[in-house]
Amino acid sequence: MSDQLRPLIEVVDLVKQYDVLPVLRKLNLNVQRGEFVALLGPNGSGKSTLLRLLCALTRPTSGEIRIGGWSLPKEINAVRSQIGLVSHKPLFYENLTATENLTFVGRLYNIPANELSERIRQLLEEVGLLKRAHDLARTFSRGMQQRLSIARALLHQPDVLLFDEPYTGLDQMAGGILDDLLRKAHQSGRTIIMTTHQLERAETLVSRAVIIKKGVIGYDEQINPASPPNLVKIYTEVTGMVNAL
Amino acid sequence: MTTPLWRTVFAIIRKDLRAELRSRELVSTMVLFALLSVLVFSFALELDRTARQEIVNGILWVTLVFASILGLNRSLATERELGGMDAMMISPIPRMAIYLGKMVGNFLFVLVVGLSLLPVMTILYNIVLIQIPLLAILVLGVFGLASIGTLLAAMTAQTRSRETLLPIAMLPVIIPLLLVVIAAASAVLKNEDAWGWIGVLGLVDIIYAMLGLLLFEYVIED
Repeated sequence: MSDQLRPLIEVVDLVKQYDVLPVLRKLNLNVQRGEFVALLGPNGSGKSTLLRLLCALTRPTSGEIRIGGWSLPKEINAVRSQIGLVSHKPLFYENLTATENLTFVGRLYNIPANELSERIRQLLEEVGLLKRAHDLARTFSRGMQQRLSIARALLHQPDVLLFDEPYTGLDQMAGGILDDLLRKAHQSGRTIIMTTHQLERAETLVSRAVIIKKGVIGYDEQINPASPPNLVKIYTEVTGMVNAL
Repeated sequence: MTTPLWRTVFAIIRKDLRAELRSRELVSTMVLFALLSVLVFSFALELDRTARQEIVNGILWVTLVFASILGLNRSLATERELGGMDAMMISPIPRMAIYLGKMVGNFLFVLVVGLSLLPVMTILYNIVLIQIPLLAILVLGVFGLASIGTLLAAMTAQTRSRETLLPIAMLPVIIPLLLVVIAAASAVLKNEDAWGWIGVLGLVDIIYAMLGLLLFEYVIED
């Protein structure tokens, strides 16, 4: 298969067990370059575990993961260079400023010092935090923290962005700003996988919806932005859960 | 594609020192705890000069051990709580660099506690503890504590009961270090040759550091 046709992310027969408890049961998923995938499913269905496996924070019990042609865990550092993660945890240090936090991350990714300061300035401007660049992260609101997390995840210019429940704790306004940032990241050609419980939001943002139920994929469809499906209804049917929201 | 080891180690040390200089959470807690402990010991034990000479090293090192447990717990727990450890884990850096960076930071913090205790104990116990061989023992002993303590704290930081688990895990493991440190320091205070013990202490440090370097990756991976 040529590199153009080959999916950017390939997950084959993926199994993850914690002790004897199976979380993912032979899950298969291909994601093409530039797709924006919403991973949906009830708590405990395995969404976050799949994201942790994709960014190599945990190892699979069996099965294969390939990202950009690199396979996990053999070529782990090549994969890590291509992935940015935004989780519900901030993943930065409260007693450092926004700039200091990003500088630290830049050093971890071996970004040359002369490039790093310009990239930090640009990213802080993009996420609307340039004026707060030298303020301690602990003084930031939850929404600002999440924007700083996005800047952190984009700093090393990854091909793939993973968002794990990015809307947790955000109010309507902060959620709207995050929507815009996600759209921008998608329009810039990045491949995005996002876990969320906000189904109505997902309908308007993503290009594909995947519902995981008990460790396997129960629904997987492209989303046409002109006539988005009723994800709440589909979710309820697939998971059997009445209170989807 | 992997970020060079030493660049990463220095980045982690610099980050820890900067955050600590700003918040002073870790060192101030440890120093305060250590000073109060030696003060309590000095009031609780009414000792003559010979007895004080026998016991002063024990008080110093027991205090340092408990103070270091306090600091190690916080140092690694903070990384877990806010996801700093995850941020390091998803980046293309050698796992060994996380261990070395955290270990050197912890070493420096505990060393500050040890150095602040020496003059205070010299006054309280009327025994000169500021001597070159005792300083060498302090540096090596603290290095040993930080080496094995960083490994064990990384392990227990993933559990809910980390505050109680770390001392339970750490105290039995550091008994060899404590025995050698006390023997070396006692020899110095008795004006005997301590360099043999200091050599053994260096060996214990190497073993602890090797254990940390070899096992850290397995401890922090899921």
